[in-house]
Amino acid sequence: MGRYFKNIWEGVVTVLIGMRITWRHLFTPAVTIQYPDVKLKLPERARNRLYVNMDDCIGCDQCSMACPVNCITIETLKSTPDIDLGLTSVGTKKRLYVPRFDIDIAKCCYCALCVYPCPTECIKMTDVYEFSEYERTNLIYNFSVMTPAEIDMAKAKLTAHEKEQAEKKAAAPKAPAAPVAAPSAAAPGVPGARKPLPPLSRPAAAPKTDPPPKPDSTS
Amino acid sequence: MKDYLISILENEIIVYTLMAALPLVWIIPFALFAVWWERKISAHMQDRLGPMRTGGWHGWAQTIADILKLIQKEDIIPTAADRKLFTLAPYIVFVGSFAAYAAIPFSAAYIGSEINIGLFYIIAISSLVVAGILMAGWASNNKWSLFGALRSAAQIVSYEIPVVLSLLAVVMVVGSFDLQEINRAQTGPIWNWFLFQKFPFLFLAGIIYFVASLAEVNRTPFDIPEAESELVGGYHTEYGGMKFALLFLAEYANMFAVSAIATTIFLGGWNSPFGDFLSGPWWGFFWFVSKGMGFIFVQMWLRWTLPRLRVDQLMYVGWKVLIPFSFAIIIGVGAWVMIAG
Repeated sequence: MGRYFKNIWEGVVTVLIGMRITWRHLFTPAVTIQYPDVKLKLPERARNRLYVNMDDCIGCDQCSMACPVNCITIETLKSTPDIDLGLTSVGTKKRLYVPRFDIDIAKCCYCALCVYPCPTECIKMTDVYEFSEYERTNLIYNFSVMTPAEIDMAKAKLTAHEKEQAEKKAAAPKAPAAPVAAPSAAAPGVPGARKPLPPLSRPAAAPKTDPPPKPDSTS
Repeated sequence: MKDYLISILENEIIVYTLMAALPLVWIIPFALFAVWWERKISAHMQDRLGPMRTGGWHGWAQTIADILKLIQKEDIIPTAADRKLFTLAPYIVFVGSFAAYAAIPFSAAYIGSEINIGLFYIIAISSLVVAGILMAGWASNNKWSLFGALRSAAQIVSYEIPVVLSLLAVVMVVGSFDLQEINRAQTGPIWNWFLFQKFPFLFLAGIIYFVASLAEVNRTPFDIPEAESELVGGYHTEYGGMKFALLFLAEYANMFAVSAIATTIFLGGWNSPFGDFLSGPWWGFFWFVSKGMGFIFVQMWLRWTLPRLRVDQLMYVGWKVLIPFSFAIIIGVGAWVMIAG
């Protein structure tokens, strides 16, 4: 009998204790944030959408080669000696047009491996994470700033220049090495343009800036 | 109010229709508000925000949007269901809970029907709800629904007894089943309310009534007929669209009905807590509704405090705790009334 009343008493008391807890929580500020209106600040090194600053891109293709999922497509076009493409913000001379720099962000795995090799630090991870689209093709970002007309002009100029060079070479038969390199770079523009890249990236002192981030990515 | 309306409209049929429609005019906005309120309270008790968008300020139009959606929905009746019963059940449930409003004294001036067996009528007519629930569960032809309905029947059979016994204690004091009479017996300052009379008997009776009424309306911790985590939705698993809306409306109407009875019997009904101050027909309505809402708030509060009872625990609480205690209260109050008047 005593246990019966004790049970009832404990039942009543514990219900009241529980009610006190829920009452307190009624006035506790909610942890929810109103997302589109209020956004949490992302951590400093959050990796989200990729951005490429084309003013600094030298078309070295290193980011594309580093990409584990092949989401970066770069095409380059040699410039003729009479054109000055300017310097990047780190002082590297730009020698290549970049008519195509596409990132398929749908494929991107946000590993940031493309960010570390960039000699001019022009490709980087931003804190933008709201970029959903209705069409998957809209997720292919075209970063190149060149218009089709400009690309055609550059191509025409390059072929004219190549022709001129070849004629010069033919007129003055001297080195056997030069004619071999020239036609391969000349004709299609796209696959040929890949070849002259290694010599270009070397003067940009890329290997020197490369090592520091490497331990970061492996650790 | 009825006589006044008859004197200006001079047509009894219109007046009676008006008087009968008034509770409905009350139930629907109340249910819309209470659903929103419950969602907000639930959310804030769990440190969330609840609906915040619809309508602008704290999602006030959320339930209006919900009901509009429910109205537009296709009316689905499962092939294996018993068509007639399935269609009929939500109406029975709603009629049962709505009919109880006929004898609820909203104010000194307004009561649907001032019958001298008001309390008896309400208890009798609200049992119709169980029939409807049982019907819904059976007609759905679904294990979960049937389980829910059976549990509901078992629960209401057990808890009707403490409800009636605890109310009887007050009836013995007043000597009348007339709810307006019971209200008038509590006129005066706050200690005239029956909750504080014949202490501690009627106080305990009030608590017993409240606990048992939670079981009557299938609210947590006695929500085993619905038991969304084990029975999907209990008796309304198979219902959708407007039928579901009706069941839901009936549930909220029932919540207010039991709160209204608790208010009338134990908390002085439409009486102002300050005696004559702030009393009158309109203030009476205000006090009545705010007391009822207070009870509803406690119902919601308990929902987020207590876990659901097991069936055997439910039976234990009903038969071994509430019923013996209410008998003791009946005896105590009876002796008190007999000796001291």
